[in-house]
Formats: sequence, structure tokens, C-alpha cells
Amino acid sequence: MSFLKIENLSVDYPMRKETVNAAKNVNIQVNKGEILGLVGESGSGKSTVGNAIINLIDSPGKVSSGSVILGDINIHEDQTNSIKYRGKKIGLIFQDPQTSLNPILTIGEQLIETIQTHLNYTKEEAKNKSIELLQEVGIKDAKKRFNNYPHQFSGGMRQRVVISLALCCEPELLIADEPTTALDVSIQSQILDLIKRLTKERNLAVILITHDMGVIAETTDRVAVMKNGNLIEIGNTKEILTEPKEIYTKSLVSSVPPTNKKISRFVIIEKDIKNNLENNIKILNRWEKKQITNKNLIDIKNLSKSFDDNFFTENTNNSVMAVNDVSFKINEGESFGLVGESGSGKSTIAKMIVNLFQPSSGDVFFDNICITKIKNKTEMMKFRKQIQMIFQDPYSSLNGRLKVKEIIAEPIRLHNPSITNFDLSDYIFDLLDSVELSQNSSERYPHEFSGGQRQRISIARALATQPRLLVCDEPTSALDVSIQAQILNLLKDLQEQLNLTILFISHDLPVVRQMCDRIGVLKEGKLCEVTNTEDLFVKPQHPYTKELLRLMPKIESIYR
Amino acid sequence: MLVVAFVSFSLFNFVGDPINNMVGEETSDEERAELRETLGLMDPIHVQFSRFVVNASQGEFGISYQLRRPVSELIVERLPATIELVVISALIALITGTLLGVYTGINRKGFLSDLILAVSLLGVSLPTFVIGILFIYLFAVILGILPSFGRGEVVDLGFWTTGFLTTSGLKAIILPSVTLSLFQMTYIIRLVRAEMMEILQTDYIKFARARGISEKSIKYKHALKNGLIPVITIAGINIGTLIAFSIITETVFQWPGMGFLFIQAVQFVDIPIMSAYLVFIAFVFVMINFIVDILYYFIDPRIRIKGDAASG
Repeated sequence: MSFLKIENLSVDYPMRKETVNAAKNVNIQVNKGEILGLVGESGSGKSTVGNAIINLIDSPGKVSSGSVILGDINIHEDQTNSIKYRGKKIGLIFQDPQTSLNPILTIGEQLIETIQTHLNYTKEEAKNKSIELLQEVGIKDAKKRFNNYPHQFSGGMRQRVVISLALCCEPELLIADEPTTALDVSIQSQILDLIKRLTKERNLAVILITHDMGVIAETTDRVAVMKNGNLIEIGNTKEILTEPKEIYTKSLVSSVPPTNKKISRFVIIEKDIKNNLENNIKILNRWEKKQITNKNLIDIKNLSKSFDDNFFTENTNNSVMAVNDVSFKINEGESFGLVGESGSGKSTIAKMIVNLFQPSSGDVFFDNICITKIKNKTEMMKFRKQIQMIFQDPYSSLNGRLKVKEIIAEPIRLHNPSITNFDLSDYIFDLLDSVELSQNSSERYPHEFSGGQRQRISIARALATQPRLLVCDEPTSALDVSIQAQILNLLKDLQEQLNLTILFISHDLPVVRQMCDRIGVLKEGKLCEVTNTEDLFVKPQHPYTKELLRLMPKIESIYR
Repeated sequence: MLVVAFVSFSLFNFVGDPINNMVGEETSDEERAELRETLGLMDPIHVQFSRFVVNASQGEFGISYQLRRPVSELIVERLPATIELVVISALIALITGTLLGVYTGINRKGFLSDLILAVSLLGVSLPTFVIGILFIYLFAVILGILPSFGRGEVVDLGFWTTGFLTTSGLKAIILPSVTLSLFQMTYIIRLVRAEMMEILQTDYIKFARARGISEKSIKYKHALKNGLIPVITIAGINIGTLIAFSIITETVFQWPGMGFLFIQAVQFVDIPIMSAYLVFIAFVFVMINFIVDILYYFIDPRIRIKGDAASG
């Protein structure tokens, strides 16, 4: 007898034109002491199901049919019932710990209020219980921290507070909606361990909603796969990940970058993706194919960057060293990976290479010329042409008021003012071809495209100046795995055919393993080690690298 | 402050000849020159200005050309009337504005919310004097229940004259203060409404709901407290504006406050009163912003931390 039974649950969002079915006849059962993974790409309805359990669907959406049975009680029968169960029987954890706590109330006030809402406690008792809870979720100095405001905690600590809030009235069901997506790997593994521990200790039923297959493999007992509001497959985690029955699950599993080996291309199972090896020939006509010379293209010497807290005073005590004495070289034609957790300075280095930031000290040499010392604008333009950047967020990095053709034309015109209109549109079509977008997309605006397609537009724009170095700053971390696999394949193909040099920045170790020839590991602005990719994964030298590799959620752990 | 002082000083110093207003037609040129000398109007500009600043900082703005009495005395005499008017209308604006704002923010689709918003649109778009005249027509002329001008009977407490202690004084303040507050009130309604709507969408409200916190506590404790932070900024700036707006209201209702004094001064090109008034208003603005910043420290814990870090 399952503890939680979701039967034929459907959620509708009535829109002006049509009704969107965010979840269609979903049937899920969860037992006590078990962690059920709910996995799917964005828009698959996994969060909708999580919220629907406690009737927390934003208007105008509503649960249109089905029932949720907790124990023996159908909690959807009566609206007041499901509200009464919120917090008391069912705890919920949200994705972003930065925004899920009220900024102007202390965490103590928030805990006490929640406890007193559900349990008949005096203020003193509630306080003692909250302090116990904070200790249980691993917050040191709980008594002192009790009176702190949320902004005084780091991201991981805040998520612990959120968990303590979700658990404070001893619920029997915990729904965790992407609880670690906004966190670094080391903190992610701590939070997941905490959830696993609490599940066992308190005999909780847990629904873990995530898109990360590694997390699913390491944490969950059973897994449910969702797509477009439909439940595709549900079963034992090991069976689903190793022998998926449905095509969708197969393609989902195969798009996850493996952590234990390097593969040449991601296998894309969906049929509509054609092989693109022929496509880049047209753009090659315009492109001087670079010879692989194996000489240094980028040479970074003792690069440092400090950000002063205070703009007016030059007080060096206050300044944060974002990048601290970093030196490495990138050879022409290779792809070099920079990995590190948030705040490790990897994006800062990228911005100094493309000359968006001035380094505090040290130099960047491009093709043996020091580009950080160039003052002359026309000289600078020559280098800007040869170094292009692809940003993380494909939504904010494209100007929404320009058509795609205008976005791509801008850098071409800037560096080649004499190009004729006919030639220009021809070139734009070639570029779109090379990133596998159709020619008629040139007349459309960025908002008409999905995230993956936008990232393709960004790549086309970066290629427009025929750069020698492509700096990719987390190019796929905002994308779903299957889209990520496509983009990574595309980048690999382009690199092969155009002999591009790529600086690939990411926090995602499996992705870096698939993409890069050599890797540099950054920690708090310092370079820990630089080595060949396979050496790094097989026999890491630096203790921090070992730690990162150990904590990385591995989809292969399911085979063990 | 110094900039405002200079502007008010220079603007009025080069506009018109005060002597012409003070003396009669038949005064001889010698007498005029003598008077100029005693008033210090013949000195070089920078000497005049530094004298102006020194005197102003001591609360000394010279003698009114028109009424022949010290300006500081006139201001002290008129100050209580204006302060009472502004405080009352600020309170009306803040309290009703916040209440109605919260109501319309929570009940977004109700008939009453639509009505409040429609009326508030009127409040924003109609100029103060039109509203004032309409009020006088309605309550004083047609209904005859409230006086149309003046402060009513006032009680003199020595340093302060108040209209709060007599019935006629209380009656007299209703119309002008409501008129004055109307514009600010509608402003606050809209601001609070927008804030409430935005905050009710945030993750922490959703998380509070998921924890089963009661709707009442969510709306009035969690959401309202966050929503009031920007309101305080705006309210602070607006209290200054209220004093400025009171010129019009005081004129319409013949309210014996500083704004009314200023209008009279303008008609007679009474430079000392005008410059004193300007300096005073600037001073009030600076003070209010200062108080608002301090208030912030107590209301928003995030600022408290930054302040501590900077000082320590």
C-alpha cells in the first residue's frame, strides 16, 4: 500500500486561445522511506505535478481532474483539506534558496510562525524546536544564527534553512523541486546527502524533481520520466537508466554526457536531427582554413584582477581577488576547458581575454602580441575580430528588437564596411546553414526561437567575423540535456572543420570532459592544475580536483 | 543647501527693485540711495551673498519689504498653520492610501477595486485648486456643513497656535487637508497596489503558502512589510511636495500658512520672504530625506548589514 497515490491527475492552464494541459492523467505512487525522482526537460510538467499535490497551482491554472490520496485521505476532495496539509503533512522545497525566504523577517521568525501555525506550541517551545531543527540540518551556531536574516546566509546555508522550514512540522511527504540546481557541486552533494539522511531517519516519502540525470542516478530509488505533461515511464531507477523502454527515455539518457569516458559525438536518437557534416562547406569558401601549427595562440601571464568593494577608497584590505596570479597557454586549434565553482573567477578570466575587463596586473598575449596594453582603437578592432564570445544566457545576449539577420550582420558590417548587400545576405544564409538554422529564420526576431535555437544564433553571430578564438562561457548551462547535446555536437563539428580554438568555460565536469583537450581547474581565483583532460579524470593531482571529481553526480553510479 | 541658497538669493536679487515697492512716488533719489545703503543693497554681490548665508544659517532673513517686520518672525507666526495642515494631510494620504492600495492589490478584480482605481485616476489628473473649489462648492456652499476658508478659532499655546482644540478649528482643517492629501493618496494607492501584486507573485510568498501559513499572515505580515519599503521612500519625498503644494491649497482656502504668505509676497515682490521660503523648503526636503534614510536602516535589514560593514 503506497503512502501517496496520485491518480489520473490533470492540470490545465486556460489561455486566451487554447487550454494548455500541463499534466495529463499522471499516475504516480510513492512509498514511505523512498525517494522518487521526477525527471524531464523544461516544460515537461514535472514542477506542475509537484505543485498540484498541494494545490499550489498559480491562477489561472487548475487541477481539472484526478485525485491525490495521502494515507487514506483524498486531499483534493476538499479545498480546505489540502491547505491544512501544506507544511503539516507535506513539505515543499523550491529551487532557488535566494528567493524563497522572506528577506525582511529573521529565519527565527519564519520558523516560529510556521511551527505555531500547525502545532500547539508556545513561543519558547517553538524557538527551542527551531534551534534543534537548524542543528539537525547542519547549521553551526544555531542559537546565534536564529536571529539572522536570510541574506546573511550563503546559498547552501539558505537551502538548509529552507529544508528546516519544510520539515519543521514533521511532514510525512517532502517535495523537493530542483533543490540543488542553483548550487555548486560541493554544496549540492551536501544537500542531497542531507535529504537522503532525513529520508531514512524520519521515514519520509520524498519526491525529488530535477532535470539532472546524475542526481537521479545517485539519489533516487525509483524514477518517473515526464514529457509534455505525460508520464512516459516509471520504475526502478536502475532499470530506467540502464534499459529504458521508451524512445524518449533512451534519447534523454544518451544525451547525458558520460563522466567515465570520452565519446566523439553525442548520440541523438530523435529522428528529425539530420547529420550535418556536409553543411559547413559553404561557409568554408569564405574562410581561410587555418593551419594547425600547435603554437600558442593565447598566452596568459600572471593575470590578476581585483574588485574593490568600495569605489572611492583604494583600500586593498577590502578588495576581492577574483583572479589571482593565473598563467596558462592555449594552443592554436585545441579546446581548452576552464572549470570551477561559482566565484572561482572563470568568467572574469574570459572577460579579460576578450578585453571587456582590464586586468589589475599581468598580461594576455594573443598571437604573441600583448592585447591588454593596446590603446589604439583600430589596433584593438583587429583583435576583437579574431576573438569572439558566446554567453551563457541565450535570452539576454541577443537584442530582442533586432531581426536575426540584423544581429548577424552587425559584426560583419563593423569589420568589413565595404561588403555589398547581396554578398552580406548570402553570407548570413551560409552562417545560418552552418548552425543548422533555416534561411527564413533570418527574418524573425529572437523571441520566436527556443533557447537552443537562440544559442545557435549566438554561435552564428560569433562566427560572422571568422574568429580564431571562440570563448564559450557556460554555453549550455541554461539548456536542457538533449539541446545541450545538440549544441555541443555543433561546436565540436565547427571546431573540426574550421580549426577553431575554443576556450570552454563550465562548471559541469562531464561536459568539459567531452569537449576539451586540456583543462585548467580554478578555485577562488587560483589555478589549481592544468593538464590533459583524460589525465585529469583518470589521475587527478590536486586535492581540490579530486574532491570535485568525487562529488560530481555520476549517472554511471547506477551500474555499481 | 548652499546651491539653493544661492539660487534663491540671486534669483530674487536681480528681479525688480525692492525700493520702488517700499517707498512712495514722491521719495527723492537721495532718500532712495540712503535706504539702499542701510539695507545693504549697494554692496558687491559676493558680500551680499555671504551676509545672506550667514544670516540665513542663524534664521535671520532680514525685514519684509512689504510688511516691515522681520521675516523670521513672520515665518514662526505662520509655521504652525502649515505644519498642522501638512501633517494631517500626510497622515490621511498614508493611512487611506496604504489601506486602499492593499485592498486593490489583493482583490484585483472586484468592482470596488475598479471603482477606487477610477476615482484615483481623477485624483491624479485633476489639479489641486479645481478639487479645492469643488469641495468648497459642495460642502460649504451647498451643504453648508464645513467652513470654506480660514483656520477657525485657534488656541495660542505661546510658542504654537493650534486649531486642534476648538471645534471650528477642527472643522476648518478637514477640507484643505483632504484636498491636499488627495493627490498623494492616489499616488500611494497605485504604488502599494503595484508592490503588493508584485510581491504576492514572489517565491517566498509561494514558499510561505506551501508551508501552510495563513493567508492573513501572508498578506499583512509577509507581503505588506516588504511592500512598504518603497512606499516610505516615496512618502518621504512627497511630504516635501505636500509643503510645496500647500501654496495652492492655502490660497484656495485662505489658510493663513506659509504658502499663503509666499503668494502674497510674490505679488509684492517681497524678496526676503520669498528667499526665506525657498531656503526653508529646501531645508525641509533635506531633513526629510535624511529621516527617511535613517528609517530605512530600521526597516530593511539588508541595509543595516551594509552599514555595519562600511563602518566596521
